[in-house]
Amino acid sequence: MSAIPLESSVEAAAERASASGATGRPGASHAAPLAPRARLLPALAAVYRAQLSRARVARIPLLFVATFQSVGIMILMRGVVDGGSEARSVVAGSSVLVVAFVALNLLAQYFGRLRADGGLDHYATLPVRPASVVLGTAAAYASFTVPGTFVTAVFGCLLFGLPMAHLWILAAVIPLAGAALSGLGAALGLLAPRQELATLFGQLGMSAALLLGVLPASRMPGPIAYARDLLPSTYGVEAFARGFDAHPDWALIGLDLGVCAAVGVVSLAVAAWAYRRAAVR
Amino acid sequence: MSTGTAAARAGTVCAVRGLVKTYPATRGRRGAPGTPEVRATDGISLEVHRGEIFGLLGPNGAGKSTLVRQLTGLMRPDAGSVDVLGHDLVRHPERAARLIAYLGQESTALDELTVSLAVETTGRLRGLPLREARAERDAVLAELGLDEIAGRPLKKLSGGQRRLACFATALVGERPVLVLDEPTTGMDPVARRAVWAAVDRRRAERGATVLLVTHNVIEAETVLDRVAVIERGRVIACDTPAGLKARVADEVRVELVWRDRAPVEVPEVAALRAEAQEAGRRWTLRLSPERARAAVATVTGGPAFAALDDFTLATPSLEDVYLALGGRTEGLVKA
Repeated sequence: MSAIPLESSVEAAAERASASGATGRPGASHAAPLAPRARLLPALAAVYRAQLSRARVARIPLLFVATFQSVGIMILMRGVVDGGSEARSVVAGSSVLVVAFVALNLLAQYFGRLRADGGLDHYATLPVRPASVVLGTAAAYASFTVPGTFVTAVFGCLLFGLPMAHLWILAAVIPLAGAALSGLGAALGLLAPRQELATLFGQLGMSAALLLGVLPASRMPGPIAYARDLLPSTYGVEAFARGFDAHPDWALIGLDLGVCAAVGVVSLAVAAWAYRRAAVR
Repeated sequence: MSTGTAAARAGTVCAVRGLVKTYPATRGRRGAPGTPEVRATDGISLEVHRGEIFGLLGPNGAGKSTLVRQLTGLMRPDAGSVDVLGHDLVRHPERAARLIAYLGQESTALDELTVSLAVETTGRLRGLPLREARAERDAVLAELGLDEIAGRPLKKLSGGQRRLACFATALVGERPVLVLDEPTTGMDPVARRAVWAAVDRRRAERGATVLLVTHNVIEAETVLDRVAVIERGRVIACDTPAGLKARVADEVRVELVWRDRAPVEVPEVAALRAEAQEAGRRWTLRLSPERARAAVATVTGGPAFAALDDFTLATPSLEDVYLALGGRTEGLVKA
């Protein structure tokens, strides 16, 4: 669309100019000027803010569910695991599970529903880039997970007697694992041919994050350990778990988070493509 | 773009030529039969002029919404062209959002937002800077009388209020063309008046052009400048409401409502039955003025009168036009 030189200078009241015969483009002298497009970041911010406001109405009960679920799993695992590296992966896995529940499962359901009942038309008939809608929504869902993830992590540290010195790693784990999982959730929701399938894929993704993330990797059979390596949330779990070491290996943590970031970039790009495909049929 | 250039010069805002969209046949699944191929728009051509309120009238499933989706860039036609203000929207569907404000039938994307935030967000996504989006939001909410419910989420509102809030989102971030898909569904008369006043204001002050989808004949007669009657994906007539009604000016509509049952033992009543459309105790007849007078004389005198609950004589409405043109009767609303 950069072939339209006037796009940035044209006021929203396009018809006034067109009524007076103003020219919009060389070569099509009678075409009316186009109203400006919404720019990427302001539109992203507007979508983010609108989605965040939904939390008050719709998301808070689900956030409690997500947090209690993770806390419950840790209490259950307390009977099986007693400290050491296994306790670290249980706490890290349960904390990242909150992110998987909201960013993957709920976001897949949200986009699946939006696509199924025509809600995407609203965004598709506004001059906004797919990336603004997908990123704004994904960022909002990732933000919903912040309180639950912190509560789960702190509770887990107290329960298993783990050090809290490096809990600040969550400030990197939540956005990066959030990007990877919400990108995956958005792509699943937008690509699923039916709404029920979007819900199913979201649930399955979350179940995978639960089983492969919370259960200690050392006890898994070979093929399942490979499946664990394929799941993006695993890298968030590993990065967080490494933070409990007395002297964390920052290079490995950086590598794990780098994997999350890379998956996030790819999956969000796929989601933006899927959005465009779903919006214009 | 040659059609666009010519069209824009002639004051045509929207020119549609030979638009075709076919939904492919679907295979039957277990328990559900397959559906045959459907031509949702079957060679539709239209011209909408600047400052006009142009209507698409037809029952559900006639192809109105498919046509509108193709105009707003939401759906690619299989064939044909759509030109809006000199822009080829089949080739550049993404330009539609920069020329047209669209009010669809669904509000899922906005349901959990407050009215105020839904309008403001839509304005920002229509490219307005924050300050302007807020100023326009306040102006539109005041104009439509939505101030009192501005802080409530859409999904907590009644159907009519929610529709009015969605209409508000279509007005913020002004566009030269408004495409409204059944905007007044579920609204009370006050809200309807607010909608038509807002539309009229935009037309009078800014020369806005409105394309309105409706299946409500009364609304179509009162607000539209011109109307295209759509039936099975085709335009079966396109004229002013008065012009369309002139086509059936030689007919009068007689409606008879019987108390319990029609007195078909009266020979004149039995003769009328052959031409009547029956809906429960209500008969609708379309007759020449002379025959209508005779029919009224029959049912208001003698034994038939005892069985008569109510009757009306009316000049033709757009519904009569629609039926006279060969439309199916069900699906148009008269309220």
